[in-house]
Amino acid sequence: MHYKPAILALEDGSLFEGIAIGAEGQATGEVVFNTAMSGYQEILTDPSYAQQIITFTYPHIGNTGTTPEDDESDKVWASGMVIRDLPMLASNFRNEQSLGEFLKQRNVIAIAEIDTRRLTRILRDHGPLNGCIIAGGELDADLEKNAAGRELALAAAKGFPGLVGMDLAKVVSCEKSYSWEEGFWDLNEGHRKPEQEGQFHVVAYDFGVKRNILRMLTDRSCKVTVVPAQTPASEVLAMSPDGVFLSNGPGDPEPCDYAISAIKEILETDLPIFGICLGHQLLALASGAKTVKMKLGHHGANHPVQSLESSKVFITSQNHGFAVDEESLPDYLTATYKSLFDGSLQGIHRTDKPAFGFQGHPEASPGPHDIAPVFDHFIELMQASKAV
Amino acid sequence: MPKRTDIKSILIIGAGPIVIGQACEFDYSGAQACQALREEGYRIILVNSNPATIMTDPGMADATYIEPVEWRTVEKIIAKERPDAIIPTMGGQTALNCALDLDREGVLAKYGVELIGAKKEAIDKAEDRELFDNAMVAIGLETPKHYIARSLEDAYKAQDLLGFPCIIRPSFTMGGSGGGIAYNKEEFEEICKRGLDLSPTNELLIDESLIGWKEYELEVVRDKNDNCIIVCSIENFDPMGIHTGDSITVAPAQTLTDKEYQILRNASIAILREIGVETGGSNVQFGINPVDGRLVVVEMNPRVSRSSALASKATGFPIARVAAKLAVGFTLDELSNEITGGITPASFEPTLDYVVTKIPRFTFEKFPQAPDRLTTQMKSVGEVMAIGRTFQESLQKALRGMEIGICGFDPVLDVEASNAKDVLLRELKDPGCDRIRYVADAFRAGMSVEDLFEHTAIDRWFLVQIEDIILEENRLKGASLEDFTHDVLYRLKRKGFSDERLAAVMGLSEEDVRNKRYSLDIHPVYKRVDTCAAEFSSATAYMYSTYEEECEANVSDRKKIIVLGGGPNRIGQGIEFDYCCVHAALAMREEGYEAIMVNCNPETVSTDFNISDRLYFEPVTLEDVLEIVHIEKPDGVIVQFGGQTPLKLVTQLERLGVPIIGTSADAIDRAEDRERFQHLIQKLNLKQPPNSTVRSLEEAVVEGKKIGYPLVVRPSYVLGGRAMEIVYNEAELKRYINSAVDVSHESPVLLDHYLNSAIEMDVDVVSDGKQVVVGSIMQHIEQAGVHSGDSACSLPPYSLPMEIQDKIRQQCVELAIELGVVGLMNAQLAYQDGEVYIIEVNPRASRTVPFVSKCIGVSLAKIAAKCMVGISLEAQNFTNEIVPSFYAVKEAIFPFNKFPGVDPILGPEMKSTGEVMGTGATFAEAYYKSQGLGALNLPLNGTAFISVREVDKPEIAELAKNLHSLGFRLVATKGTAKIIEDAGIPVMSVNKVMEGRPHIVDMLKNDEIDLIVNTTEGRQAIADSATIRSTALRHGVYCTTTIASAKAVYEALVFGGDTSVNSLQYLHAQNTS
Repeated sequence: MHYKPAILALEDGSLFEGIAIGAEGQATGEVVFNTAMSGYQEILTDPSYAQQIITFTYPHIGNTGTTPEDDESDKVWASGMVIRDLPMLASNFRNEQSLGEFLKQRNVIAIAEIDTRRLTRILRDHGPLNGCIIAGGELDADLEKNAAGRELALAAAKGFPGLVGMDLAKVVSCEKSYSWEEGFWDLNEGHRKPEQEGQFHVVAYDFGVKRNILRMLTDRSCKVTVVPAQTPASEVLAMSPDGVFLSNGPGDPEPCDYAISAIKEILETDLPIFGICLGHQLLALASGAKTVKMKLGHHGANHPVQSLESSKVFITSQNHGFAVDEESLPDYLTATYKSLFDGSLQGIHRTDKPAFGFQGHPEASPGPHDIAPVFDHFIELMQASKAV
Repeated sequence: MPKRTDIKSILIIGAGPIVIGQACEFDYSGAQACQALREEGYRIILVNSNPATIMTDPGMADATYIEPVEWRTVEKIIAKERPDAIIPTMGGQTALNCALDLDREGVLAKYGVELIGAKKEAIDKAEDRELFDNAMVAIGLETPKHYIARSLEDAYKAQDLLGFPCIIRPSFTMGGSGGGIAYNKEEFEEICKRGLDLSPTNELLIDESLIGWKEYELEVVRDKNDNCIIVCSIENFDPMGIHTGDSITVAPAQTLTDKEYQILRNASIAILREIGVETGGSNVQFGINPVDGRLVVVEMNPRVSRSSALASKATGFPIARVAAKLAVGFTLDELSNEITGGITPASFEPTLDYVVTKIPRFTFEKFPQAPDRLTTQMKSVGEVMAIGRTFQESLQKALRGMEIGICGFDPVLDVEASNAKDVLLRELKDPGCDRIRYVADAFRAGMSVEDLFEHTAIDRWFLVQIEDIILEENRLKGASLEDFTHDVLYRLKRKGFSDERLAAVMGLSEEDVRNKRYSLDIHPVYKRVDTCAAEFSSATAYMYSTYEEECEANVSDRKKIIVLGGGPNRIGQGIEFDYCCVHAALAMREEGYEAIMVNCNPETVSTDFNISDRLYFEPVTLEDVLEIVHIEKPDGVIVQFGGQTPLKLVTQLERLGVPIIGTSADAIDRAEDRERFQHLIQKLNLKQPPNSTVRSLEEAVVEGKKIGYPLVVRPSYVLGGRAMEIVYNEAELKRYINSAVDVSHESPVLLDHYLNSAIEMDVDVVSDGKQVVVGSIMQHIEQAGVHSGDSACSLPPYSLPMEIQDKIRQQCVELAIELGVVGLMNAQLAYQDGEVYIIEVNPRASRTVPFVSKCIGVSLAKIAAKCMVGISLEAQNFTNEIVPSFYAVKEAIFPFNKFPGVDPILGPEMKSTGEVMGTGATFAEAYYKSQGLGALNLPLNGTAFISVREVDKPEIAELAKNLHSLGFRLVATKGTAKIIEDAGIPVMSVNKVMEGRPHIVDMLKNDEIDLIVNTTEGRQAIADSATIRSTALRHGVYCTTTIASAKAVYEALVFGGDTSVNSLQYLHAQNTS
């Protein structure tokens, strides 16, 4: 197989030369790395990666091909992908399309055959950097002759505005509401359909929701209605939900004022609220706490998170570049989990309301299922709320 | 919650001798456990019979017992030391079984000792097949279906439920012999009938066949708070049907999607919970049907294992160390991840940004009578691990680290040959140890990935990458060095091709390719193993080479010494050399040097990143070593501790300007080259057995006559006693020259006069170049002619006159001075009729160095290493030989029970895998203990069978009288019986096998014999009597094959069974006082 050349430039001037393994063209975004060794398809289709270029630290990406079963949304949201090696062949009984074909079909720009560990070390030391991939097109196979391409990539990297202050939730959100009726994946049955209608009506704000969150709710007897990010609280409340879910999503939580005010309004009602990742940050902002851009974001599937209540450790999936500032928590917001990697805040709970958030990804997909029980807590809150 | 304070002292049980299936990985885990618990302030008591281990170094524990790992002995140690707790999970199956015995025999209850790390209930639940099956059902997991059949009728019922193919295993046969896979009724009936007959309980296990399924392993750690982590996932290259220890394996798992991987992860954690592993590490094995993903649990081990050692090296996460801390009450979050310098906790899952490949190493050539196919019973003796950024790179690195004379995918078959297709099909379908090379040859022969998948069931993901390597090689044929532009060569190096392999494919020399590569400035970079894929900075210099942009070696400007390790364990080169390398590294650190280790054996202590300052996990080949030297620029490189692997590089390294320290390459050559050695012996006025080097049959016959029979014959180009034989007459010599070896001008055959019935000695000395100190003299029990590695030996000598010992000392000192030895030297000598003969001199670390060090209480390897950096013996205050005040016997341990049908006779070719040590106030006690340490116990009474060769007959009357006086009934073959009868001792005469039934083998099969003294000589006689010894082996009858060891056995029997146990620390204190 012959591949065209590709270039990756970072805003700090670092250059990487490799081959184009996806679509041809140019992609810019914030370059981040993910250390998960499995689940590249889930990561690529996670809306939280909008405007980001993902570097996978594991060298062989694409070993198992792709299957529609493993999509976390209806498209690839990451603006680009960086890997060390695209395997010659995908091998898995569920494989339907090779990763290379998958990327091309979805017009995703990707570069391979670069020293991804060198790139990761740069990102680790500096924090995420803006970058640009140019793949194929005018690039010459003799990379010496690509001075112009390098300049172009570098300029695009430097020109990328960055994610601070960028409200991407409304960009990736669905346009109109829909109900969700698919359960967790099972080896024998695939994605299960619930046998009976859910006990709890949950309205889920889509700030870039991953399907597995909706599946986890469905499996726990929830009837889920997904609504667009900018849906006013009044509309949500009019649906008479038993609980409101705030999804994960990309970008900076601070500019999402529409969501923050909606959450404030819903909090008034004492309805159970559960937020994941961006949703957790928005809950914090609506509760009067602050969020910060982290120097080193969390992107991996091996992160230990400790329950401050039980001291038990959970290995979790993580993907965030912003975090809730623990110093800023008001009295009625308690810390419930912390990261054992850097001590950062991983969970909050309102003391006065049945509302809580979790920074990591309890829905996993990819990653360990250890922390799935936080979904059960949401169900308990709804049960308690219904009983009143 | 911190560590437990209610326990103060802990007994750690080791794994005993190195055997197939239980190698030095348990030294690695045991040594880690000792260190981990000792630094927490616990008093550590250790029992392990294997003196070649680092864990039995006296500094590792407070009380070290080199005693049998057997409950009666361990009870004596418990009575003496009164530990509060026992940790049974660090010493493999041996330690677990010993702990279960101690529990069953009431010892634990009697002395109030607690099992920590794994409770009895958990061990039982994991080990008992029925309990395990039930436990898996309880958590909704499947195990392979299986049934027990006690008749052919039962068997057919089971087969009906399982379908074809199915696996039939007779119960309780050694090495699983008599079993097989049935694909049809005819085969089924045949195997079942044979199996029912062979099984002592007339019982068959009939299993569902998972052949062709994919196999995975997960290494799991759990603490008392139910925190669980998966340290590593491993995918087997070889599908189910080949023991995982014999499989090529790859980490991390490659062909699972996240959804499937999480199923395995969840199942593993559920299994640990259900089995009840509360504090420690376990290994869980799964089979997955590649067609639909169906999952079955194959087994779990509630202890650290070979796989956990591999996983520790593959990830940088020290499982045994962490498991030891968890056993005393720590939780994972309280422990730090050392490799990142403690900035992250141990409660996380390592993530890899490289690929690890392990390839097992086999030694079927040592056991030609044994079937060499890979099955569900493990047969490999060692392994190599390699790290690369891609699978291709790590695979090719692993291949060249194997030490089997290949530097990548060297062909094993001439694919043009007329029978090539047949051979390929057989090797692909019924794999042997070279399976992966036949896969490559199949691609060379034009087979496709699909063809190969059909024949091997190896995942296509792996196959296509091997195909790609072969396609690259094919493209290179006919290319020249000029075609190597920077980009072309760089791309090939990125795929893991060695210079030597590229050269071989193109018909060039390795040096041509290396020079070209240097001229293009292509060198590898070094990346770090850091558990976190570079997410955090790493404080630890654990590195591997690859061809990428950024190098993280970050070399220091300190004074530094590189120690080259020994590569994979194999028969002839095992843990003893790793022991020496570890000591060399420690010695260098003590002297303020930066110690740099290079090795590729994942089982070892030397590849523990805590042993050296910097660890390069690399193949020990010329290319890989040169590159490390290139980047590190060391002050010295030590080659004499890692056995033949580094030693054979010495000439080239020296020629290329690498600063070798210690004994010079020239001195090594002087000792190894026959003619130069002869001159040396003559110069010093010493004696050698008459010998000659011959290059043709005619020359051999002439020289043989001149030297005098019997002769020890061997090809000059092999080491470790390969193809060495004793011939007793001209006919045998001719047969040997004609059939056993290729004699030619380039590959001559060496003839030595065989010193019949001579006493053989091993001597280790250390020298700083000026002064020589004898480490010790060891007297072999078996006479000369048995490979020194297979012979038991006594330290100090038990029957060698003192003046002879002094003569030996003097001769060895002269040899060391003349050779200019700086470091260690080992000499093998023989004593016959008042004369001392020099058999062999090796100016390097020997197999006996750890044993000697354990006896004298001083590390010879450390002293030698310090000599090499210029610290004199005087400065080290080691100027006098230390003669222990006790006797120690080293006995060899053999893998015969893994190779059914093999004749367990000892000879000039080494066959042992490990060793044990017994100590005592007398030789008899030490020998007795050494004999109880292996698989067989010495019987104190019963019936003894005696049959000896002509030369030994004069000695037999006395031996018979002695055994009779101990109460043994005697049985002998006619010739031997006559002598015994004539001496007035009652004896029953029995037929040899050829003399008609009932014969001796019938008696053995009827369990009528308890002790065998069977000496024999000459090829025909050996072949005729082989069934006696192999039957004895199968029936667990103690068998001695030399008259010298029979005499030692008698002494041990007189001593009886009342042994004492003494710690090394106590024994060493006696030495100096």
